[in-house]
Amino acid sequence: MNLSAIYTIWEREIIRYWRDKTRIVSTLVQPLMFLAIFGTGLRQALVGGSLGIDFLKFMYPGIIAMSVMGVAFFSTISTVWDREFGFLKEILVAPISRTSIALGKALGATTVASTQALLLLLLAPIIGVSLHITLIPSLIIFMLILAFAISGMGLLIASLLKTLESFGLLMQLLVFPMFFLSGAFFPLTAVPGWMKVLSMIDPLSYGVDALRGIILGGEISSAEAARIIVHTQPVNALALVVFSTLMISAAVLAFNKRS
Amino acid sequence: MDEIKVEKLEKRYGSIIAVDRISFSVQKGEIFGFLGPNGAGKSTTISILATLLEPSGGEAWINGFNIRSDRNAVRKSIGLVFQDPSLDDRLTAEENLKFHARLYGVSSADYKKRIVEVLDLVELTDRQNDIVRTFSGGMKRRLEIARGLIHYPAVLFLDEPTLGLDPQTRAHLWEYILKLRREKEMTIFMTTHYMNEAEFCDRIAIIDQGKIVALDTPAELKKKIGGDIIRMQSAENEKLIKEIKEKYNLDAKAEDQSVQIEVANAETFLPRLFNELNTKIDSIELRRPTLDDVFLNLTGRRIREQHASDRDLAQTQFWGRKRS
Repeated sequence: MNLSAIYTIWEREIIRYWRDKTRIVSTLVQPLMFLAIFGTGLRQALVGGSLGIDFLKFMYPGIIAMSVMGVAFFSTISTVWDREFGFLKEILVAPISRTSIALGKALGATTVASTQALLLLLLAPIIGVSLHITLIPSLIIFMLILAFAISGMGLLIASLLKTLESFGLLMQLLVFPMFFLSGAFFPLTAVPGWMKVLSMIDPLSYGVDALRGIILGGEISSAEAARIIVHTQPVNALALVVFSTLMISAAVLAFNKRS
Repeated sequence: MDEIKVEKLEKRYGSIIAVDRISFSVQKGEIFGFLGPNGAGKSTTISILATLLEPSGGEAWINGFNIRSDRNAVRKSIGLVFQDPSLDDRLTAEENLKFHARLYGVSSADYKKRIVEVLDLVELTDRQNDIVRTFSGGMKRRLEIARGLIHYPAVLFLDEPTLGLDPQTRAHLWEYILKLRREKEMTIFMTTHYMNEAEFCDRIAIIDQGKIVALDTPAELKKKIGGDIIRMQSAENEKLIKEIKEKYNLDAKAEDQSVQIEVANAETFLPRLFNELNTKIDSIELRRPTLDDVFLNLTGRRIREQHASDRDLAQTQFWGRKRS
């Protein structure tokens, strides 16, 4: 491992992200659309339901977590573009370990995804959530480990995916189910057993749960919390760290395999 | 010491043999060329030596390091200019160079100086801070060459380095390559299908269908042709070939619309030919052998048939690469 190489690869990801203004705007607009359309629409339908809190408030932490996942995933899957346009060869022939390459890429995506998520916190007053400044550090920590876990997954997939053709399939079979099973749109406390099992292997569900616990913690009673919060924070943190470790290790192994 | 040493190197893809147990070695400071048509195995060999591809068999050492067991040391020892573009076109020219220099462990004090130096060399100084996406094909190629040099590699691999460059840039680049060799004792391994470019090499391996069919200095290779080449045009080619065979016991070959022979000393042979020949000839041409003739002699085909012009090249690419 080589810190200067990791830094160099990380910096390239940041420069590329910063230059691509359309991408910045579109990744900020997407969560806003979810909140404005889904949030407002379902809020009407769910008035007086068993949720106990305003639906928009309920969904808001979930949308932040989804945004973290989306950005982290797309930033790392860009490795496939690198392959297509030849730049990956330049990186792979450099005298640095595959571990440095994978870590640099994952950390770059993590930084970008967490920055976008932090921007979404600015919406809190509009949603009607009061966020105390002391909550920010723990939010950042969870955003970082969630982003890192998803980056590892993105890298693993990118190293297995040789062309862009299978990309659509990947979205249908992996990304959308992960979104829907994450608990961002409905609480996972009262779902059928099969869905509970599936959501337990969805890393995003731990991220959603963690952010929701922190952001809404000051707003709701413990009875209300029991209805919408699934795990304790140490469980969420542990699950995400384990998932990150598995994914990054697998991605490094996949990177090390030469054709 | 051999800077590059290759022993029975082999690469197979299923039943296709891309590189067929080749062996050669390259001395320090030597410019060594791989000459052959597309699909002969040139790029595959470079990829293997650069540790990008695992060989199916055989061994190779670069700068004393084994390409299988000492990959990082090999990578540090080499500079590589790929045939296909491999720049990040969202970054500026300078950022591309900086990225590369840092990955190769060049200190920031050094790379700042060298960025100026290599950009000046490829005449891109005024485009230093421009995004690569705005560059023309030739400019991108020049930047890639600058990038391959910035960590002062012991061995520089150039895969068709001047493909798509204008003659002026090409000449300029060669001037610099020769200077690098002189001043830094850099070893240069290149592939090409340009005959005149191969002439710059100290030694050339002619490669065809994965095999090295000849390996020597350009002058020695040309000597093997057996002297000068005489090309004649006649309305009766068949008759001409027959007559030359009978009279001089020379192996005359029909080529395109003409007849070609190789003779040791054309200056004395031509007058004899004019006096003694009965078949009427319309035109005659005398020339010294080129590497293209060497290739023709060894394989029965010409390299330049495929690449006689850019239009031909485009056609070849359009119809898919032919192996022949």
